[in-house]
Amino acid sequence: MTDTISRAEKPAAAPKPARTRSNIARTPRTFYWMVVPAVVIFFGLHTIPVLSGMFFSLTNYAGYGTWDLVGFSNYINLFQDDRVLNSYGFTFGFAIVSTVLVNVIALAIALGLNSKIKFQAAFRGVFFIPYVLAILIIGYVFNYLFANSFPTIFTALGLPGLSGNLLASPDFAWIGIVITTVWQAAAFNVILYLAGLQTISADLYEAAAIDGASGWRRFRSITFPLIGAYFTINMVLSFKSFLQVFDQIVALTAGGPGTSTESIALVIFRGGFQGGEYGYQMANAVVYLFVIIIVSFLQLRILQRREASFS
Amino acid sequence: MTDTLTSTTAPLPESPDAPTRAPRTRRRLDGGNGGTNWWLTALIAVCSLTVLIPLYFTVVTALKTPDQLGGTGFELPTSIRWENFADAYQLTNFPRALMNTALITVGAVFLTLLTNSLVAYAIARNMHKKFFKGLYFYFLAAIFVPFPIIMLPVVKETALLGLDTPVGLILLYTVYGLSFNIFIFVAYINSIPVELEEAARLDGASTWGVFWKVIFPLLSPMNATVGILTCVWAWNDFLLPLVVLSDPSAQTLPLAQFIFQGQFNTNYPVAFASYLMALAPLLIVYVIAQKWVVSGVTRGSVK
Repeated sequence: MTDTISRAEKPAAAPKPARTRSNIARTPRTFYWMVVPAVVIFFGLHTIPVLSGMFFSLTNYAGYGTWDLVGFSNYINLFQDDRVLNSYGFTFGFAIVSTVLVNVIALAIALGLNSKIKFQAAFRGVFFIPYVLAILIIGYVFNYLFANSFPTIFTALGLPGLSGNLLASPDFAWIGIVITTVWQAAAFNVILYLAGLQTISADLYEAAAIDGASGWRRFRSITFPLIGAYFTINMVLSFKSFLQVFDQIVALTAGGPGTSTESIALVIFRGGFQGGEYGYQMANAVVYLFVIIIVSFLQLRILQRREASFS
Repeated sequence: MTDTLTSTTAPLPESPDAPTRAPRTRRRLDGGNGGTNWWLTALIAVCSLTVLIPLYFTVVTALKTPDQLGGTGFELPTSIRWENFADAYQLTNFPRALMNTALITVGAVFLTLLTNSLVAYAIARNMHKKFFKGLYFYFLAAIFVPFPIIMLPVVKETALLGLDTPVGLILLYTVYGLSFNIFIFVAYINSIPVELEEAARLDGASTWGVFWKVIFPLLSPMNATVGILTCVWAWNDFLLPLVVLSDPSAQTLPLAQFIFQGQFNTNYPVAFASYLMALAPLLIVYVIAQKWVVSGVTRGSVK
């Protein structure tokens, strides 16, 4: 993360010499008044919950009544809890598949939308629609499609093997969740990739065309390296947000059949609010926090190294 | 931060000084004669059906009578039952949910724009001071904190402080959006020359005056971006209202669908009419202001 940040401010911070300093020295207090209320509220509503969550992860608090400090036993129990381990397995598998699919599909659509096609503006408008739709409600619509329409269609097509309700199968329900997620999430990534593609100068392609570079070669040697930063950020952010999957699961399977599609967020929500496992689920949440941080850092590291080697 | 922020808003760490409106790339997949690529147009048209078909399906289902269901579901309704909308309107108490959602969204957008840009300005112009630099990283670090770790404690806290209301939600959206918004605001403010502020200062403007009269107007492109992202997030969010709101009469549109789904999940046409009514307001705004919305989101990512 530090990498990203320092890169972000670098181009902008440069053109300011020490002259700023004299101005600020004159009115330092105003600047403090500008930030202090925000800091206080942010600390109160964000940092305190995180810290108190970390504290309660060391207790046997049920969410009500009294509690005792139990040390790290919640953490030890987590690693022996099949339901929790399953949710990690499901969430990671889901997030990896969805991230790859969303990025491949969004990049392909963005490339198409960026080339010489008719009705370019209209198509752009269409592909961005899912972004403004609530994923919970989209989940309900897809739920009906998976349960009623698709089985009928597949039966009519003579594919009885596919005529069951996808969401009712413990082995395949996750596919339905991936489809719904990709449908909704691709929109935003398309826009980002389009923005990236538009920063590439047309001259480069003309030069490449003169050199006789094929379409694939142009993509591999020009387009992809030049949108490397967009690729990195899309990968990191989609993966991170898919690890927090919640709404679409509530709408599609409610974690079922059985517990086969329970995500980490869903387990924390259920155990914490309905199962009297407040302290225990806070331990789960703390582990989850560290997992997300480590994964994001690793992803940034690896992807940025790849990015650098291209340029 | 809830899912929404993370899933729907993406910062771009790179802020190259590259022109935002770079000349449209002329890619010649067809070998370079410069004409329209009709094959690709057709392909894109087919792909766009994947977006349009589920929407079409939602609309036709909302217009049917229950006995027309069956089949693939894509058939046109033989007779239209507008009462589905009236039923959904009553069952979900639509006007109330719409009002709640609208209030929360407008409040969150308004407060976010007013406060987040101000905080970002103070940080951006004092980055050389340890306090402000530390603050910047403190806010940014929150981007990596998943919402579920805050979820259980914040419910207790908002209940304790009496913030388990729409007003509390507005405050939460404003605070939880801060991490990401500061990120893009600071990058943008850094590109504004300090000379402009100095000119205003020479004319006797205070720091507040400089912000409101000089900086805030210059921020309008970023304000549009942050406004759109916050609007879509607050309007569609489900988890935060689900856990924070205690009063059933305060429920938002997504929350209304959730509760309604549990109670009346057998009458699909009415359910779909309800979904359509919940999706429609933002969809209509998007269709009208499409160009503006897309460019707003793009700008946020390019800067």
